[in-house]
Amino acid sequence: MNQLAGEFMRMLPFLVAAWLFLVGLYGIVTSRHLVHLIMCLVVVQTSTYLLILGVGYRVGASAPIFADIPVGTPAVDPVTHALMLTDIVVEATVMALLLALAIQAEERAGSVDPEQLRIMRG
Amino acid sequence: MNNFLPASPVAVPLTVAALLAAVNQHIPRRLADAAAFAASAWCVFACLVLMVRSSHGLIVYWMGGWQPRSGAAIGISLAIDPFGAGAAAFASFLVLVAFIFSAHYFDSIGTLFHVLMLAFLAAMCGFSLTGDMFNLFVFFELMSAAAFALCGYKTEESGPIQGALNFAITNTIGAFMALSGIGLLYGRTGALNMAQIGKSLGQTHDGLVVVAFVMITCGFLVKAAVVPFHFWLADAHAVAPTPVCVLFSGIMVELGIYAVARVYWTIFHGALAQFEAQTRAIFVTLGVLTAIVGAFMCFAQRHIKRLLAYSTISHTGLMLVAFAMLAHGALGGLALYVVGHGLLKGALFLSAGMLLHHLGSIDELKLRGKGREAIHSVGLMLFLALGLAGVPPYGTFMGEALIDSAAEKLHYSWVSYIFMLAGIITAAAVLRVAGRIYFGWGEDLDRSQQDEGETDEGRETSGGQDIPATMFVPTLVLLALGFAISFIPGIRGEVQLAGMRFMDQAAYQQQVLEHAAPPQYKVPPEESLVPGMIRGIVATILAFLVAGLVLLPHPLRHGIEDFSGGVSFVLRPLRILHSGHMGDYVAWLTAGVAVIGGLFAWFIH
Repeated sequence: MNQLAGEFMRMLPFLVAAWLFLVGLYGIVTSRHLVHLIMCLVVVQTSTYLLILGVGYRVGASAPIFADIPVGTPAVDPVTHALMLTDIVVEATVMALLLALAIQAEERAGSVDPEQLRIMRG
Repeated sequence: MNNFLPASPVAVPLTVAALLAAVNQHIPRRLADAAAFAASAWCVFACLVLMVRSSHGLIVYWMGGWQPRSGAAIGISLAIDPFGAGAAAFASFLVLVAFIFSAHYFDSIGTLFHVLMLAFLAAMCGFSLTGDMFNLFVFFELMSAAAFALCGYKTEESGPIQGALNFAITNTIGAFMALSGIGLLYGRTGALNMAQIGKSLGQTHDGLVVVAFVMITCGFLVKAAVVPFHFWLADAHAVAPTPVCVLFSGIMVELGIYAVARVYWTIFHGALAQFEAQTRAIFVTLGVLTAIVGAFMCFAQRHIKRLLAYSTISHTGLMLVAFAMLAHGALGGLALYVVGHGLLKGALFLSAGMLLHHLGSIDELKLRGKGREAIHSVGLMLFLALGLAGVPPYGTFMGEALIDSAAEKLHYSWVSYIFMLAGIITAAAVLRVAGRIYFGWGEDLDRSQQDEGETDEGRETSGGQDIPATMFVPTLVLLALGFAISFIPGIRGEVQLAGMRFMDQAAYQQQVLEHAAPPQYKVPPEESLVPGMIRGIVATILAFLVAGLVLLPHPLRHGIEDFSGGVSFVLRPLRILHSGHMGDYVAWLTAGVAVIGGLFAWFIH
């Protein structure tokens, strides 16, 4: 039973990551407001945070600051943290750009509903 | 010098972009033009040198000198081969052309355009040259972010907003899928270097590897605009400034295919080796579907840039088929085809840009018969359409011939008919545009069309009676180069050799991780080009015939109308699917990933 619970806890971040990815996609597909839609995209993005941090996590390990711990102490994987920081920076740019576009949509097309923004089709 | 050269195609444009952003508004326009021109010219030069040098073996460059220790990669590497360097060189060249063409563009806005274009260039170069999975993702996102901003550049109109939003949202989801795949691979192998991941994976092909493969591949196929991930492309191209379209169609979309090929051969080749037939079947199916949907949607358009955009989708389908052959001959053909197509499509977009500059519209039906003054651009279109049909000696013909002969050896010779069909329809669409605009052929349909969304675009320049040399000459140069690449001596052998190097996973790992000497390969014997020539000529004649049947009055008119009525009966549902609604596009994307993933899971277990 304990083993099963341990296995479940180990899998939990990945299950939540998959759920976040899908629920974010659902939000994007059904969204009626651009800002809401962009926030759903952020939800999809958070799933990648969870996935990659979950990959780097070690049970019982300390933070990867090697200045004052004895050599050989287990630490969580610092590479994943570096990846995450890069990802956050890159995506902050993209989200800022998207929100700027949403403002432009309101100003130029007079609507933030994807349904109303179908100027090009076919 | 040697230490600087491999990283310079990324470092130089980024530095110049930062400097230009800092002095924005405070320097004269022409100075900014010159700086941007110099930076991209440097990239062309550096990448060409890298391409020639790497034709004898991989050039591996470790950032900050972090060499691998005892076969394990610690640092971040560039791993440069002729295809990667060639793609970067071609991207730089197109950026250079776009800068020249846009000399009369965007008068009022300082240096922002230059900054975005240079960041875009740096990202494309980095994307082509890197040997590291996470860097591939970062450059992918940098490329995307710059491209989104360039796409929505004309913010005073509402079309560009929609185009840029569709583009940004679908491509960002693609990037997240790729990133999740990379995360899974890191979890399995503890590595981000492509060679290292491939070495650690070896032959394992369990569920995690398949999921990672599907997520990474689909992520990059979104960029490559493969059906059903293609919806964003037409919207983005229809609204982006013309010089930007040249880059989107000419190289950015193709880089999606490049990334899939790169990742397949450095990482998954060993794992999926025994499922090669199934992998080939899935990608051929996707490619053929893309080629056909793109071709028909292309023929149905009246917005000229949108028409060209669907033609790009059709041709990307052909490129995916070429990759799917998983053979060195087809890869060599693919490289030639990408360059040949990029040159022609770039020139076509520039011709459309000249129409817009000169006549203030790019609606085929509105421009009917008005093109007498625009003989420059319409005449160019005629010659360019021939290249789309693959008539010799255009570069597209040479590429197709190589792909066809590789496909024949793998019992896929029927794909050459799909190549012909796509060539005929996309070329006929361009010929129809040229005939209608210049000669005023065809009925006046402008009023009779039903509601179909935006069909035109606002001016991008201040307009003018004559076409400046900075617009006409670059277009002519692209056309001439599209012709000339077939005549480079020994080009067929060279690209096939590069294909062999590209596909040799073991040699790639040894060169990256162990400083091993590159293996030598034998130049494959040259095959006859005659079947390809016949196909190209037949396709061209048929393209003229199709365009003529649509435009000219003739006794069969009524029969044709019934026929085209039938075609539009088939086309209408297809056009309705392209609804312009972001949610629909994302739903298609999700469904596509599910189907592709399901197929791979089914075949592999």
